[in-house]
Amino acid sequence: MNDAQGGAELLHAPLVIEYGFMRTTGPVIGAFLTGLREQRVLGIRGADGRVVCPPAEYDPTTGAPLSDMVEVGAEGTVTSWSWVAEPREDEPLSTPHALALIRLDGADTSMLHVIDVPGPDSVRTGARVRIRWAEEPEGLITDIACFELLEA
Amino acid sequence: MSTDSDRSISTLPDGLWTQPQPTVPDLGAAEPVQRVRMPAAMVYDYSPGRARTRYLRGLEHKKILGERCPSTGEVYVAPTGVAPVSGLLTTEQVEVGPKATITSFCVVHIGFGVNAPPTPFVSALFLPDGAAVSLYGTVGEIDYDKVRIGMRVEPVWVDDDELTTSSENIRYWRPIDEPDVPAEQLKGHM
Repeated sequence: MNDAQGGAELLHAPLVIEYGFMRTTGPVIGAFLTGLREQRVLGIRGADGRVVCPPAEYDPTTGAPLSDMVEVGAEGTVTSWSWVAEPREDEPLSTPHALALIRLDGADTSMLHVIDVPGPDSVRTGARVRIRWAEEPEGLITDIACFELLEA
Repeated sequence: MSTDSDRSISTLPDGLWTQPQPTVPDLGAAEPVQRVRMPAAMVYDYSPGRARTRYLRGLEHKKILGERCPSTGEVYVAPTGVAPVSGLLTTEQVEVGPKATITSFCVVHIGFGVNAPPTPFVSALFLPDGAAVSLYGTVGEIDYDKVRIGMRVEPVWVDDDELTTSSENIRYWRPIDEPDVPAEQLKGHM
């Protein structure tokens, strides 16, 4: 008996093992996602007065619970970045893009997101960017489709 | 105000774990976000291996192909390429069935999965004629409380234009007009 009897080629097929988790957000992340759905960004004030965005439930330094949520801007400044020449599946952008840390106006920490720019020559630390919102907001982090440069 | 968002999500006794309720700028949103769907998926390219490939290519032509142990002569289906008792490689492909005998069954009252039949249904093990072990499937065209061990059945295939290299080619098994097989004859094949 050989493969010729059962067919020359080994069969193969996609096999997806998926867990359909539904997670409760808690009040802080829930408010952050609610804000995104309304095209507004919330941070939270830390124990030392710094605004943490995306918001944390507990102070990053002291671990104290935080509760004072504040709105920050939809524009911000690139604090660090690298170039993604070959995007993988499920990234926010399927075209080559910058992966950057962005400090939104009014926040004291940076969030990680992508910038839709034509090439690495277009990006620099200190560049001003703004949120491009998803066309159909859902109350998810993906409501921020990406960032784009403020000045051409 | 008492909304769902005020509810503690902790399962611990009060006082061991709390989450402060934050003050939030007015967002004008009617429905606050409280839960999000976060599926986690692992995507494989699965190959069933050479023996199962031979088996599935048989099913594509409505043939149930087992493989024979060179030591004991028993025919295993669905084949793995190795006889589970002797550990020897199987060397001969053998067509079995399509008629079969129910060796065990279970009445299912709570189905799950997108392809589950309406409940109650019967899932069962079917010993194809000529095989040493049983195949898994469901029983159709009979009331669930009439199914018996030893009952004779045959496979109901999908339409010819829907045949693929898949176990789903057999939609279900249905009773045929043949006398039951006595339970003693099913010993060792359960």
